[in-house]
Amino acid sequence: MNEKKKLSSGNEAIVHAAIYAGCKFYAGYPITPQNEIPALMSRHLGSIGGVFIQAESELAAINMVFGASAAGARAMTTSSSPGISLKQEGISYIAGAELPAVIVNMVRGGPGLGNIAPSQSDYFQATKGGGHGDYRLIVLSPASVQETFDLTVKAFDLADKYRNPVMILGDGLLAQMIEQFILPKQNRKITNQKKTWALTGAKNRSPNIIRTLFLKEGALEEHNLMLQNKYRLIEKNEISFEQYLTKDADILLVAYGTMARIVKGAVDSLRSQGIKAGLFRPISLWPFPSQALKAAANDKQKLLVVEMSYGQMLEDVKLSVAGNVSVEFLGRAGGGVPREEAIIEKVKTL
Amino acid sequence: MKKIFSFPKSLKKVPNHYCPGCGHGIVHRLITEVIDELNIREKIIAVAPVGCAVIAYDYWDFDCSEAAHGRALAVATGIKRVQPEKIVFTYQGDGDLAAIGIAETLYAANRGENLTTIFINNAVYGMTGGQMAPTTVLKQKTTTTPLGRGSNNEGPPLKVSEILAGLDGVCFVERNAVCSPAQVLKTKKAIKKAFENQLEGKGFSLVEVLSMCPTCWGKSSEEAVKWVEEEMVKSFPLGRIKG
Amino acid sequence: MAQIKINKELCKGCGLCVMYCPKGIIRRSNKLNKKGYMYVEFKKQKGIDCVGCTFCAVMCPESAIEVFKQ
Repeated sequence: MNEKKKLSSGNEAIVHAAIYAGCKFYAGYPITPQNEIPALMSRHLGSIGGVFIQAESELAAINMVFGASAAGARAMTTSSSPGISLKQEGISYIAGAELPAVIVNMVRGGPGLGNIAPSQSDYFQATKGGGHGDYRLIVLSPASVQETFDLTVKAFDLADKYRNPVMILGDGLLAQMIEQFILPKQNRKITNQKKTWALTGAKNRSPNIIRTLFLKEGALEEHNLMLQNKYRLIEKNEISFEQYLTKDADILLVAYGTMARIVKGAVDSLRSQGIKAGLFRPISLWPFPSQALKAAANDKQKLLVVEMSYGQMLEDVKLSVAGNVSVEFLGRAGGGVPREEAIIEKVKTL
Repeated sequence: MKKIFSFPKSLKKVPNHYCPGCGHGIVHRLITEVIDELNIREKIIAVAPVGCAVIAYDYWDFDCSEAAHGRALAVATGIKRVQPEKIVFTYQGDGDLAAIGIAETLYAANRGENLTTIFINNAVYGMTGGQMAPTTVLKQKTTTTPLGRGSNNEGPPLKVSEILAGLDGVCFVERNAVCSPAQVLKTKKAIKKAFENQLEGKGFSLVEVLSMCPTCWGKSSEEAVKWVEEEMVKSFPLGRIKG
Repeated sequence: MAQIKINKELCKGCGLCVMYCPKGIIRRSNKLNKKGYMYVEFKKQKGIDCVGCTFCAVMCPESAIEVFKQ
């Protein structure tokens, strides 16, 4: 089958990507704005020999993913903010047990039940932990339907490569907006499928144990140090970002995900008005492209961080530039989306 | 002389961490005896609980996964669905299975997951030091029911086996005890049946085992088995409930 | 004629075997094993033979007892 142009929403792209990447297990619980994902997974996964389960709760769903992954399958769960909060227990265990898994968060407004409008208020939760313990998720943030597809495929590969959970951090806008994307030809060769650690029955080998509990003195610290070494390796290898008209820019705007789409429009408008603006867009939110941002910000007059939150990625930006450049902020949350005009206006006041 | 009772092959020959007179050791052994007899060690994937049996995998010589507190049957569901030809069982205590994990338990059972669950009911939270369990019997004193469990305040003990037996997906439920040689042998028979059911693809099987916790009950080993035999069975009658 | 073999290092001295031995030929000892438990001992008495009923082994939470029979 040759590559195909498809018109689909971010949610649909997740499903196409999961199946293309060899996902064989999905468990989830309904929550808006990601309901198309479980609906489509339930329709398609069975026909390729996969398993779909509508779980009784988010807790059950993430722990089913834990089990499926422990048994060697490429496994995924998807949800939106309040549901992801419920999954934090399992995410911590998955990270601790070094199980590969893909977790999609189509972020909605919070705190609490919030609303179903797009938001970026779960940045801290996604990139700083969310659950208990010193662990990290690889967090990827797509800004288009095409990128949603590409990054979701990549997420499955990274999860297996590092035996680590990977989160796709989208939002309600990305979940629902419909764009064209290219579905590559099928029959993809899946790498990293030799899982000698997986639970398959102790035949001709000593038993495999999947665990996060380490009671012997020093054992948990040793386990943590091993995790930290892995995280340093991920930081070395897996940073990704996009720079748009940054080289000659005086003002550097920093935004991720769908927010970056709007900022890109603002950059174009500002340029047409003679203001040299540029966009730095982190794609991997963890590991955060600190060095690249620092380099890009080096000769700039000002940085403006724009988020659908009240300043979460802002802290990573400030840490990256370490006081060398003054960092301004524009943000709205709770369903508020900073408009192009508001961004332009803000830049003009800097 | 011929050896007529020997150490099971699937049990590691290491001392366990359980208190003297605790029933966990007996049930651990029964499970491995059954696995040896059915010759399924190489197909076994176990799921250990959170509770005193949290490191059961240190004693069992087959593949095993940890599960977060109460989530053993969600984890087991994931494993079994991915590898349906393997024999997957969970080993859970009363707090794990019947309190924090009651939703996972109820739904795995209702889906008729082809799994085997061994449920250790000792009417108390052992690992955390003797708090009230969902199966603590009325008037039983624990560290969090110092005056005894009350029917008004805490409500009566939860009869999980009876609840699960009412679900269509469940093929087998039996309540046993490990308080006497006769009961231990009955327990073993039930565990064997529960594994055979899975081998035959019959659906969800539950074996509840009333077990001793002398430490948290503040009793000697002898008093503890008597308490199971004389008191605990009043709240939890023994025998086949379904199948 | 039968006899039992107790692995004293696995024994925790809970006494369930003592309680259920129909012949009363398993006794608590006053000796400590490496873990500090007073383990049990098989004490044959004159005229009382072990019958190989295996009750002791069946009840043992430590799997510390093996039973032999002629």
